[in-house]
Amino acid sequence: MSIFEIMGPAMIGPSSSHTAGAARIGRMARLLFADKIDRAVVKLHGSFADTAVGHGTDRAIIGGLLGFLPDDQRLRSSFELAETEGMEFSIEEVKLREVHPNTAQIILYNKGKTKNLEIAASSIGGGRIKVTEINGSTVELTGRMPTFWILHQDRPGEVGIITSILGSYKINIAFMQVYRNRKGDIGSCIIEMDNQPNQDVITKLENSENILQVRYLPRI
Amino acid sequence: MEYATIKELVSLAAAAETSIWKIVLQVEAEEEEVAESEVRKSMLANLNVMKEAVDYGRQNNIQTGGGLVGDEALKLEKYLTTASKSEQNNIYNKMITYALATAEVNAGMGKIVAGPTAGASGIVPAVVLSIGEYNNLSDQKLVEALFTAAGLGYVVSRKATLAGAAGGCQAECGVGAAMAAGAAVELRGGTPQMAADAFAMALKNLLGLVCDPVAGLVEVPCVKRNAFAAAHAYTASTMALAGIESVIPADEVIMALTEIGDQMSTCLKETSRGGLAITPTALKIKEDLQ
Repeated sequence: MSIFEIMGPAMIGPSSSHTAGAARIGRMARLLFADKIDRAVVKLHGSFADTAVGHGTDRAIIGGLLGFLPDDQRLRSSFELAETEGMEFSIEEVKLREVHPNTAQIILYNKGKTKNLEIAASSIGGGRIKVTEINGSTVELTGRMPTFWILHQDRPGEVGIITSILGSYKINIAFMQVYRNRKGDIGSCIIEMDNQPNQDVITKLENSENILQVRYLPRI
Repeated sequence: MEYATIKELVSLAAAAETSIWKIVLQVEAEEEEVAESEVRKSMLANLNVMKEAVDYGRQNNIQTGGGLVGDEALKLEKYLTTASKSEQNNIYNKMITYALATAEVNAGMGKIVAGPTAGASGIVPAVVLSIGEYNNLSDQKLVEALFTAAGLGYVVSRKATLAGAAGGCQAECGVGAAMAAGAAVELRGGTPQMAADAFAMALKNLLGLVCDPVAGLVEVPCVKRNAFAAAHAYTASTMALAGIESVIPADEVIMALTEIGDQMSTCLKETSRGGLAITPTALKIKEDLQ
């Protein structure tokens, strides 16, 4: 962890957890979706729900979904800008069990796409965040390091192929998590790396036979 | 090289016969695999954001979401221009003006540096910038003080929480004051151990502080609390420089912070369901805003 997470980030106020963290959660959802967002449903839990308007949490998440960083002045007018961009959104309250008090669920829709993205993420203090759920799978994604989220066929050797590709580009894996819902179905992995991958690595992964989807998440 | 406790940070600095800021800078450069000059550059960028926020807040009546605050720094600034020379030269007066200025800019959705959080963002800049002005210190020195503050806060973040929603205001303004106290000691020529003592004393005295913002806004009591916490930090640094030690070591104070945060009711942790937030006046304000 960098000291600039403590003395930083430079950000639009008023709250690192409720504004900057919220913007990062929105942006992370956008990067994971990687499609045009036609509609977003944002559900706020706990302190996020209780103090959303006063902290600009709602505006910050929508701003993040539009791709804005925490120090972008446009966060203030994100509701209006979402309309210009053609992104519909709704903000609701939700009560979740055993989650951090600053948690949001976000569901993103694209008109032409059958598969939506649903995530749960928490703002854990000082603007730092943690995505805890992607499409029903429990994950731990912080954006502290360059990260890949990869969906692939669940079959023997597949994870090995992915790590070999990274190794051949001299990319060191710091942390790795693998998931699947059912044997032989679709597996997913989250890979946090010491170095930043270039476009060649991403293309190579995308062109690999049994890899269904590659999302690169730069460090937040 | 790495550090996970205040004790380790102090030992590393003492062993190398240097200051905490230098260890923090070295570790950051090593960990992130960048040159120290780059790390300095990034912190200088933060220092400049801090200066801009202070300047803006001192000179402007700021529109905030709830309109409960916004002209406090301006009022102090005006008061001090007509006050006596000794009032004008009192470092505490400058410090509280700067803290209010930053906290107001934050409340108005302006740009600040969260350190350790946005709600507590006025404390470190107020202390560091005022000491810098009084002693004609270079930006380089001030950047170094920000490393001290950051390193101390980093230890807290590894052991405890920095979120008001999880630990109350002690985790935000309490930690902010403690970070600023340590930074103030090094800026004023104290030893690493003195910085640790100032950190411990400042944090100890704000343990138990709850987060009960009126109408859920980072305005009342947050903005004025930044000014109090800045003065608090400076007081701790002066005591430490005089050789006053904290009976409870810094790392144990951090443990107490966590324990108190865990015991604190959710009503008092950034939910606006207790404390000042449910006083008759606060409830009326909330109703009027809706």
